[in-house]
Amino acid sequence: MCKFKRSSLSFLLFFFIITNFSYAEEMKIPKYDWSFKGITGTFDRSALQRGYQVYTEVCASCHSMNLLSYRNLGEKGGPEFSVEQVKAIAANFEVTDGPNSDGEMFTRPGRPSDKFVSPYPNIEAATAANGGAYPPDMSVLVKARKGGADYIYAVLMGYTEPPADFQLEDGVYYNKYMDGNKIKMSNPLADDLVSYADGTKATQSQMAKDVTTFLTWSAEPHLETRHKLGFKVVIFLIILSTLVYFSMRRLWSRIDPEN
Amino acid sequence: MSDHTYTPKSKFGKWFNDRLPLLSLASHLTDYPTPKNLNYWWTFGGILTFCLLSQIITGLVLAMHYVAHADLAFNSVEHIMRDVNYGWLIRYIHSNGASMFFLAVYIHIFRSLFYGSYKSPREVIWILGMIIYLLMMATAFMGYVLPWGQMSFWGATVITNLFSAIPLVGESITTWLWGGYSVDNPTLTRFFSLHYLFPFLILGLVILHIWALHVPGNNNPIGIDVKKPSKDTVPFHPYITIKDLFALLIFLIIFSGFIFFAPNVLGHSDNYIQANPLVTPKHIVPEWYLLPFYAILRSVPDKLGGVILMFGSIFILMVLPWLDSSKVRSSVFRPLNKIFFWVLVVDVLALGYVGAMPAEGLYLFVARVGTIYYFAHFLVVLPLLSRIEKTQPLPLSITEPVLTGMPKAEFIKSDKRDV
Amino acid sequence: MSDSEKKNNRRDFLFTASYTVGAVGLGATIWPFIDQMNPDSSVKALATTEVDISQIEPGKSITVLWRGKPVFIKRRTDSEISEAQSVSLDDLKHPEKDEDRVKKAEWLVMMGICSHLGCVPLSDKGEYNGWFCPCHGSHYDTSGRIRKGPAPTNMEIPKYAFVDENTIRIG
Repeated sequence: MCKFKRSSLSFLLFFFIITNFSYAEEMKIPKYDWSFKGITGTFDRSALQRGYQVYTEVCASCHSMNLLSYRNLGEKGGPEFSVEQVKAIAANFEVTDGPNSDGEMFTRPGRPSDKFVSPYPNIEAATAANGGAYPPDMSVLVKARKGGADYIYAVLMGYTEPPADFQLEDGVYYNKYMDGNKIKMSNPLADDLVSYADGTKATQSQMAKDVTTFLTWSAEPHLETRHKLGFKVVIFLIILSTLVYFSMRRLWSRIDPEN
Repeated sequence: MSDHTYTPKSKFGKWFNDRLPLLSLASHLTDYPTPKNLNYWWTFGGILTFCLLSQIITGLVLAMHYVAHADLAFNSVEHIMRDVNYGWLIRYIHSNGASMFFLAVYIHIFRSLFYGSYKSPREVIWILGMIIYLLMMATAFMGYVLPWGQMSFWGATVITNLFSAIPLVGESITTWLWGGYSVDNPTLTRFFSLHYLFPFLILGLVILHIWALHVPGNNNPIGIDVKKPSKDTVPFHPYITIKDLFALLIFLIIFSGFIFFAPNVLGHSDNYIQANPLVTPKHIVPEWYLLPFYAILRSVPDKLGGVILMFGSIFILMVLPWLDSSKVRSSVFRPLNKIFFWVLVVDVLALGYVGAMPAEGLYLFVARVGTIYYFAHFLVVLPLLSRIEKTQPLPLSITEPVLTGMPKAEFIKSDKRDV
Repeated sequence: MSDSEKKNNRRDFLFTASYTVGAVGLGATIWPFIDQMNPDSSVKALATTEVDISQIEPGKSITVLWRGKPVFIKRRTDSEISEAQSVSLDDLKHPEKDEDRVKKAEWLVMMGICSHLGCVPLSDKGEYNGWFCPCHGSHYDTSGRIRKGPAPTNMEIPKYAFVDENTIRIG
């Protein structure tokens, strides 16, 4: 029994080690109590809707989200705009389609099945228009950054005055949490930059939180389903393994009466 | 293969079995006498079979939706994650399944090391196992390239560049592997093809591995030979199958924990950035299960030397049955080997840890010490132990320690038992 | 009941319960692997197509792709309409009135798929001035009804609606 304990301890240690590989960060990223954290986490619908508003009105002028379609905004587990709202949102955008029967490309109002319209035709154009730094596509940004949602929020809130001896080139800004403390994006958020449809006060931190929630959903649109299904699966497995455990005991009692 | 002859009861069964003895095979697998003192470390064989099948089935599904093209691969994986019905679930099972597969195989290998399961007459089982392990690493590596993220691309670049260390032909070999002058679309499509093929090679080898196992039968925690069938053994079904099933269910609970609640914790965030040949990520790290070898590779200051040592660290395992010539199998009766076994475990874990860290300063020092010990363990410690270690007396049968907890004096031979 | 019988019953219950729960789990596990082959959400989102018909001259037709299949949109001439409406139902293999196959007599919207084995028929061909399927020689009239040849039924009418004068939404 002692041996078993020791081996299971080493097993746990092994697990602990492999799940905790991390590099020394320049700056400790503060952790927030997001509603989508934890095994029962869900998204706050109104935060997602507000986050989408921040994305279209602020971020979308530079950052594309080319893995998303307008229909996603109405899907379950997301911002859950109504079908009419989604159609109206999509129709606001001009989509290039074609070629038509004359072989010409043409523009038409967007439909829910269209992908989000990108601000630039290609990566090179985006890079050229932004002083040589490509504004990354934001579809899976939260999963593509160590620290995830906490990191995105931290960077959005991390614009401070640089230390006195810090050298900054033109078009580069100081950010507490950015790698090397230098970022080519100026502080994108300011109080009352957008006016929320639901009347929430648009403070800088409120907008940062909302857009981070929105980006987390866009990176992992099935998060709620995953949590719900996972809960059921684990409970099921616990029930089944208990049943199998007692069946096993009963079977082995034929061989080993002590068991 | 089977110690007993089996005759089907029905006439048709007999007719069929005479022509293709599937029923004899089924009967052999059902009745296969198994030592009854197998502990839970022995359930990982079954768990591994499950892992392989689960990877093959989920992989088959993913291949229905995946597009192996440098321009489309990344988006097609995201298409699976977003649009395909249950696509996210199937992909997360597959990607976390690889990690769970390696977790299980490491436990399986270390179990074999502790209980001396590689020793005579089971050398061929061990060697087959090592070939399976090598193929698993190749398969996992190529699979990691398929999503065409930053880590996919740069991992592929680094690993394929290993071959350029070979004198004279190295450059031509890497060019041949890539199908171009860098990792690009031809590399991706051939990796996809091979990633699809290799699991079936593994499956074939697994069948041979089990076949070879069924010739001498299972080793056991005591490590002595058992008479089969006898009161020391139980029929494989239902006694071992239900125990394997229980262990598998516990394993599945941990597996589900990863899939549903931390699906990306074992991966690297950079792999959610589409591959870009112009930008190298700050730290290139392989998946966790390859880290010890990566540490060995980087611990050598010479390019060719590092590659040789890394491959050597795997091939040295192939000859392990002849490096350790101790007649006693189980480390339960080998007090010194038991200590060195745990030193090896810690050594490999430490190598894995420093493999994830930048190769500098203290990390590099630990990697070097770890590498030296790794090779010393197999080349010096084990051969030496087989000569000088004073082993504890072995019980005559496994029944006694199982029934009473302590071997009875009259069952214990005082000298070393020849096996 | 004796003690051993009781014990036996409990054992039976345990085993039966394990088998049942296990079977339920296995069944539930299989579903995602079947459902993944159903149309995914991006395919379902394309289930409707809107078509601009303002450019079609009388007597001409266009072919549009809907759910990966061709749809014929034909602006019929008066003679074609009267020809389609004057046919007696007794002469038809698959009796359907022309009025039941169109929403506006001028416009015939129909799947361009032969009901025989799925080929695409050629327009303005065949013995009935409608469509002719080159694969196995089925003749359709100006209402897309089968008149001669191996095809069993008329060409199918998809779900569609006129959004306005010049636009049709299919699906």
